[in-house]
Amino acid sequence: MPKDGGIGDSTKRREDIRFLTGVGNYTDDINIAGQTYACFLRSDVAHGTINSIDTSAAEAMDGVVKIFTAADFAQAGGIPCGWQVTDRFGQPMQEPKHPILAEGKVRHVGDPIAVVVAETAEQARDAVEAIEVDIEELEPVLNMKDALADGATKVHDDLTSNLCYDWGFVEENREAVDQAIKSAHHVTTLELTNNRLVPNPMEPRVAVGQYSRANDEYTLYTTSQNPHVIRLLMGAFVLGIPEHKLRVVAPDVGGGFGSKIYHYAEEAFVTYAAKVVNRPVKWTSSRSEAFISDAHGRDHVTKIELAMDENHKFTAVRTDTYANMGAYLSTFAPSIPTWLHGTLMAGNYTTPLVYVNVKAVFTNTVPVDAYRGAGRPEATYQLERVIDKAAREIGMDPAELRRLNFIKPDQFPYQTPVAVMYDTGNYDATLDKALEMTDYANFESRAAESKARGKLRGYGLAHFIEACGIAPSNLVGQLGARAGLYESATVRVNATGSISVFTGSHSHGQGHETTFAQVVSEMIGIDVSLIDIVHGDTSKTPMGMGTYGSRSIAVGGSAMVRATEKIINKAKKIASHLLEASEADIELKDGQFSVAGTDKSVAWGDVTLAAYVPHNYPLESLEPGLEETAFYDPSNFTYPSGAYVCEVEVDPDTGKVDILGFTAADDFGNVINPMIVAGQVHGGVAQGIGQALLENTVYDENGQLLTGSFMDYAMPRASDVPSFSVDHSCQTPCTHNPLGVKGCGEAGAIGSPPAVVNAVIDALQRGGYNVDHIDMPVSPSRVWAAMQQG
Amino acid sequence: MTKITMTVNGKTRSGDAEGRTLLVQFLRDTLGLTGTHVGCDTSQCGACVVHVNGKAVKSCTMLAAEADGADVSTIEGQAAPDGTLNAIQQAFQDHHGLQCGFCTPGMVMSAAALLKDNPKPTETEIRHYLEGNICRCTGYHNIVKAIMAASGQDVGAIAAE
Amino acid sequence: MYNFEFVKPATVDEAIAALREEDAQALGGGQTLLPTMKQRLAMPSKLVSLGGIADLVGVSSDGATLTLGGATPHAVVASNAGAYPALAALAGGIGDPAVRNRGTVGGSLANNDPAACYPSAALASGATIVTNAREIAADDYFQGLFSTALDEGEIITAVRFPIPQRANYQKFEQPASRFALVGVFVAQYADGVRVAVTGAGNDGVFRWSEAEAALSGSFTPDAVDGLSLSGDDMIGDLHGTGAYRAHLVKVMTKRAVAACN
Repeated sequence: MPKDGGIGDSTKRREDIRFLTGVGNYTDDINIAGQTYACFLRSDVAHGTINSIDTSAAEAMDGVVKIFTAADFAQAGGIPCGWQVTDRFGQPMQEPKHPILAEGKVRHVGDPIAVVVAETAEQARDAVEAIEVDIEELEPVLNMKDALADGATKVHDDLTSNLCYDWGFVEENREAVDQAIKSAHHVTTLELTNNRLVPNPMEPRVAVGQYSRANDEYTLYTTSQNPHVIRLLMGAFVLGIPEHKLRVVAPDVGGGFGSKIYHYAEEAFVTYAAKVVNRPVKWTSSRSEAFISDAHGRDHVTKIELAMDENHKFTAVRTDTYANMGAYLSTFAPSIPTWLHGTLMAGNYTTPLVYVNVKAVFTNTVPVDAYRGAGRPEATYQLERVIDKAAREIGMDPAELRRLNFIKPDQFPYQTPVAVMYDTGNYDATLDKALEMTDYANFESRAAESKARGKLRGYGLAHFIEACGIAPSNLVGQLGARAGLYESATVRVNATGSISVFTGSHSHGQGHETTFAQVVSEMIGIDVSLIDIVHGDTSKTPMGMGTYGSRSIAVGGSAMVRATEKIINKAKKIASHLLEASEADIELKDGQFSVAGTDKSVAWGDVTLAAYVPHNYPLESLEPGLEETAFYDPSNFTYPSGAYVCEVEVDPDTGKVDILGFTAADDFGNVINPMIVAGQVHGGVAQGIGQALLENTVYDENGQLLTGSFMDYAMPRASDVPSFSVDHSCQTPCTHNPLGVKGCGEAGAIGSPPAVVNAVIDALQRGGYNVDHIDMPVSPSRVWAAMQQG
Repeated sequence: MTKITMTVNGKTRSGDAEGRTLLVQFLRDTLGLTGTHVGCDTSQCGACVVHVNGKAVKSCTMLAAEADGADVSTIEGQAAPDGTLNAIQQAFQDHHGLQCGFCTPGMVMSAAALLKDNPKPTETEIRHYLEGNICRCTGYHNIVKAIMAASGQDVGAIAAE
Repeated sequence: MYNFEFVKPATVDEAIAALREEDAQALGGGQTLLPTMKQRLAMPSKLVSLGGIADLVGVSSDGATLTLGGATPHAVVASNAGAYPALAALAGGIGDPAVRNRGTVGGSLANNDPAACYPSAALASGATIVTNAREIAADDYFQGLFSTALDEGEIITAVRFPIPQRANYQKFEQPASRFALVGVFVAQYADGVRVAVTGAGNDGVFRWSEAEAALSGSFTPDAVDGLSLSGDDMIGDLHGTGAYRAHLVKVMTKRAVAACN
């Protein structure tokens, strides 16, 4: 039984109070006296040469403070890319410049050309409409395979082609995999698309720049998942501002899902412009603008082949993927289809040979980067779809085919053929749990009941593994990362015993203010209400890599644990002095330091007071004060896994898919706050259902975004999803971080799309339709069209 | 500019508005009530839902001038003056019905409108009623649960913690 | 949006006078107009709110005809049009609750969005659109996408729906906007059955005359089995091809008839 507010307790979230009463502090809620408003003129064509920009009429308009074009940023660097991928021939990827404002060419609808800074937002927009831009349209590059053809129009004239890189992994296995597939007993092949998604956190991006001439200091308030990373990238690579003169604040942030990781041009713009106009500059994205300026996600076109022997054991996997980079390389874009994708292609299985080829391609579309799951959903989707197809081809129960090929509990730690080593796992346990929770044994009777009502019922299973808490820094550095992937925390104990924890992780919905406090409360044994979690401000936390890749508790939490351990060690020294006992005999329990085997004790608050009022204190051997910082760099990824089951009903008249039930049995290792973990799974699953059934990003042949608002981009609504059944009782704790945690933020979005699609295919096949694949989103019209063919 | 006056959360509030000033802009920018949010520009996400004369409306799709003289309730007026959460707010906290908090004000206001018309809604009715409120974080599960709980119904039927 | 002058007259006459100004436009609930203006796709010089005219709001019935005031919000129709249950149900399914509290029947009919719900009800009911100047039969009123018989400055003051013996509306929603991908309104009157289709037609709402004839002969779902529509005449977009919409029209028609029986 967990203690109230400790590890394992479903402690209610403290951050809820401000959100529920309307006093949260989101970036758009920040208004600074004298602020101006920025409005971006964005390209309305996908590809073109800018012949001229005439701002003269606009400059004369009411309220215009200044108009900026690329010429104003001649001294600035481009928006940097944070990961350099090396191709399978040992060459670095092609890396085009990504200017703050378009230089000479526009490369996607939404590419910023000029910015008006004006007294009001409406005046800025009025003036934007008065800027005359002469653009000579060029043929847009949209289809990835066409883009790689000889003589194709180039997105970037200074590159040799539209190929960013041709990556092979593991390159040494290429021929062995080919051979294994050639000689296999059975090979299942599947060609599929992983649909491009728009992350759409409910809070659109906002940036407010401020500059003080008094001390030459800049402040950027921004909707970011990692303010320190923005400070580093923008300060060092774009604007040339040293860190001590640049403060980046990410206050309450209304969701991110990856799209707020990246350093965006608008952030650099408002920061720079604030100095030029010597007034604060605010930019607030509309939703329509977000659709053409926030990084998109996914967008892979893949062919996967799965080989097996006569005993149905997987012998090899070969996969070829075209990954859309969009027009420029967003911050982590190159790493997503490679290191976050190829390394997962072993899945939960003992497949001995895997080869992954990825061709990353530039197109005249919005840049593509990580979106919840980032590479791992793309890996899981193709693997779990092809396994399902294989099971049908050989007439085997899909659950049993998986089980037959699972890595077994006694095989951990398990070295995969794709570089990563799984530390722990028990895939049979999560599969058993999911089958039990969904009453798999009685599915046939439910299917019969649906059939009696004229509906087609289907059962879809997917198992997944992900790699979270990306690290260690020295390894990712070898793989091309241009940043470290540690996390830092400072634990400041105040004189009366309350604690402020400064973490480099950033909470934008994940509830860190509650869960992180629970960990410290458990470690020290003081009430959780005495602990505050501070995040999101570079002026408070020493350094941070931020929140993405389900890394917060595994990496940021570990840093906090390490700092807290330092605190406890020092406090024990103080306690041993106060208790006149050997330090080795001091025990900390429930906020009391006691001497083992005696009734002598001193309270936490007395020790902390002694640290700051060191009258009776070992000054000769110990500094006063009680504040410690730790940097934690993990030795490995963490590997959450789980089994997901979706049960659907297809309406054969309309093709509409109704999700009747969705069950997630996850292994997240140890769990700090079960309520919050369940909430993370719910949200991830809903996004996965969105990808599977509803969401799609569609460009027309001219490169115009047809799904540019919620009118055409189908966001999941409450009526589109069922109540979920989630379980995280199967726990194989991580062996290499102090909390034994694995991370839970992305799992739902990774495991759910194949479960949904597998269920739809199952329903159709049970209904007698010869349909073995439908690309996502499995919309009513696509299902109906497939039924006409099948 | 025209001066408009409305009762907001029980207090008379006045300010200048252009013809084009939206109710949400008047609330956020003129009155400083930033709890009401803007999440889209096509009247779909519902982050901006407030009550005007007792009816839920999307304040991003209503002119401030149309609310001249009206009685407006926003998220800031839902808790008791001493800060005690109302039943819906408390249920959202109890059942983890919010994560990033951005859609939450609209969700709470829509939930309040629902329960006024339908004090004991079924799960299906709640999901249908939330058609115009988009949440990207929670998958709606705990929002539905919170609204059922706020209406005094047993939420055991809706699984999970 | 571009700025404009806002006026809120208390009578229809004042509204008509205000609308005589060039580029003046009537504002119903604004649930379509305001988003359009936010995108700066419309720039009226003056918006004349119809929300302050008490005469324009209300639902009344004499048993044979249901009359809606032109500025009656969908939510009011949904709860007060019990005399014509299919119409009340249609109104209760438009948009979402907050949209239904603002959006009006007159606004919907004046806009004539090809995927809106109300046009199908008006057409299938043989409704009469009453304006400040005249009465227009629904069959004459709808003139293609976003196009109606209304003149500049003419406003819908009321809509009269003859109450059918039986009627039902079936909407298959476009998954993003939740407008009708296909909506079919079937209404049976003593002199025959009328079937109107929204969301699907290239030219907006239309009557499916073959189905009307078949259903007038036999008001059963099977009666339309032998009929088909051409996908070429239907909207094809990323949410569904013309062929899919044509198929859905038939499915929704059958469901509407089944729901009547």
